[in-house]
Amino acid sequence: MIETIPDLKDRKSKSLSIEAGIITSIALLLIFVVPGIFEALGQGFRVSLLGRFLALAIAALGIDLIWGFTGMLSLGHGVFFGLGGYAFAMYMKLQIPATETSQLPEFMNLYDVKELPLLWQPFHSFPFTVAAIVLIPALTGALLGYLVFRNRIRGVYFSILTQATTIIFFNFFNGQQKLINGTNGLTNFQTIFGATVRSPETQRVFYILTIVFLVAAYVLCRWLTSGRFGKLLVAIRDDESRLRFSGYNPTGFKVLVFAISASLAGIAGALFTPQTGIISPKSMDIAFSIEMVIWVAVGGRGSLVGAVLGTLLVNFAESLLSERFSEIWLFFQGALFLIVVMVLPDGLVGWVRSQGWEQIQKLLGKRKISTYPSLESDPEVQYERENIGD
Amino acid sequence: MSERILEIENLTVSFDGFKALNNLNFSMEKGELRTIIGPNGAGKTTFLDIITGKVKPTIGQVRFKGRNLRSLAEHQIARLGIGRKFQTPRVYLNLTPRENLELSCTRNKGVFANLLGHASVTEKHKVEELIQTIGLEAKSEIKAGLLSHGEKQWLEIGMLVAQSPDLLLVDEPVAGLTDEETELTGELLISLAETHSVIVIEHDMEFVRQIARKVTVLHEGSVLCEGSIDEVQNDRRVIEVYLGQQEDSHEEA
Repeated sequence: MIETIPDLKDRKSKSLSIEAGIITSIALLLIFVVPGIFEALGQGFRVSLLGRFLALAIAALGIDLIWGFTGMLSLGHGVFFGLGGYAFAMYMKLQIPATETSQLPEFMNLYDVKELPLLWQPFHSFPFTVAAIVLIPALTGALLGYLVFRNRIRGVYFSILTQATTIIFFNFFNGQQKLINGTNGLTNFQTIFGATVRSPETQRVFYILTIVFLVAAYVLCRWLTSGRFGKLLVAIRDDESRLRFSGYNPTGFKVLVFAISASLAGIAGALFTPQTGIISPKSMDIAFSIEMVIWVAVGGRGSLVGAVLGTLLVNFAESLLSERFSEIWLFFQGALFLIVVMVLPDGLVGWVRSQGWEQIQKLLGKRKISTYPSLESDPEVQYERENIGD
Repeated sequence: MSERILEIENLTVSFDGFKALNNLNFSMEKGELRTIIGPNGAGKTTFLDIITGKVKPTIGQVRFKGRNLRSLAEHQIARLGIGRKFQTPRVYLNLTPRENLELSCTRNKGVFANLLGHASVTEKHKVEELIQTIGLEAKSEIKAGLLSHGEKQWLEIGMLVAQSPDLLLVDEPVAGLTDEETELTGELLISLAETHSVIVIEHDMEFVRQIARKVTVLHEGSVLCEGSIDEVQNDRRVIEVYLGQQEDSHEEA
């Protein structure tokens, strides 16, 4: 028995290095090759779309962490996305050339604001802004999570509460005209570090930054879910109260993972904002939060790769379809969600993992590879395998 | 002489006026293997809920190793050394048996310790031993959801032991098991009782006869009588409330 442990470790570290290799090469492809291909096809604008969708994928990873692994369905991640987006937008809005007569964001003049509000002051500082992007969503999530989880509110009640939160934030941000331009949101970003925000070079930097952060977010989630912490998250999903009787307090784990997830959404919002050029209370709309969940459901909850793939797939489908049939997209999105829930409950990646791979092998006429020969001969396992799907 | 591990005094639990437990007094010595029987609705499961902190007493108190458990949450009570096995097996279905055991085995159950920590070598060995004890060597790496009912029951008992509690509470461990599995479970519990204090709640009288040393009969939320299995079986009140019906219901089960 003792000899098998280092053996397992070897195999683990080998497959880990393969995974790291694949991720690095995908990231490099995305940075150096993909933009070139799109441009050669005369579809250069798709690169900027890709950048936005990759930013959204970071938020999807966060959703997967709490929904796919921990079993908490949050329908309010738009709030955290918006908080991160606003934080970065406020920093960009304060990048006003010293030559300007008014040192205020231009919308404030409309509402006759003479002095920069206190809330805006710290966003002159870049380090503060970066900290705010990560910490404000995390702390908001932690506070909300603590109150909810401590009182053992779970399941659908938790989902409803997160929805209520989006409504509160949406209305609050909508109503603050003087402070953050209300329903119009923050837009018309000029410069950052002296460079024009909308110039192709700057946008390219944001594109690369997005990929770097997506990889970092993936690595973080991978680390969190593969170790014992990840097993605990699954245990919380499977049977939370059992865990209490084993001596764990699930509240702390849930608060932490919710805060991390919120923080990822905040980072996603901050990267999305300069690439679209606007952040508005619409990002805190319930519909957007539900869309995030759909991406993960399509890709496959409980699979990090699935979350990223689902985001890209659904969003590219949306942009392609709404270009041709602008009215149809919402129907299509609804249908997509229904199909996934009914036909592929584990999403695309889940399907490939559970049966798709076998079916592909069957089509190719290859025999199924069995990893546990002893199990193949076990009649009980056979019986359960045959009947477990029903 | 020997100290008391569990003392329950004048305990009443009422749910909206219905008294699930009524002025119950109970105590148990360290190292004892105690079986609790009683007809349906006698309050057996509420009795375990009270000890593990799932339900709080309306009146009275529970003391474990001399400590009042009233103010403690479930996980704190579990850390003090009380482990519980549920009536229907409750294991983490999407984890493997090995992972199930590892989670229960870990000493440090705080958030950050588990963020960074990995199973230590001693923990791994302990888990390996437990897997052998419960006979799941061949299935230690598949999801626990694929195990049979009996295997899940055993896995949950294994998880209980992995916690190294001082007091094990076992709720109907042989419900739904074959005769052979039942006997093996009995042997396992008896061997566990050598190093732990154990409370077993059971319906199956044959099984009770196999393992029982001292039996407590619950009826309508209080202790009806206590004694050896023979004493209990010959008690007139017990025959009236319980054993008379048991003969038929046992056959059905």
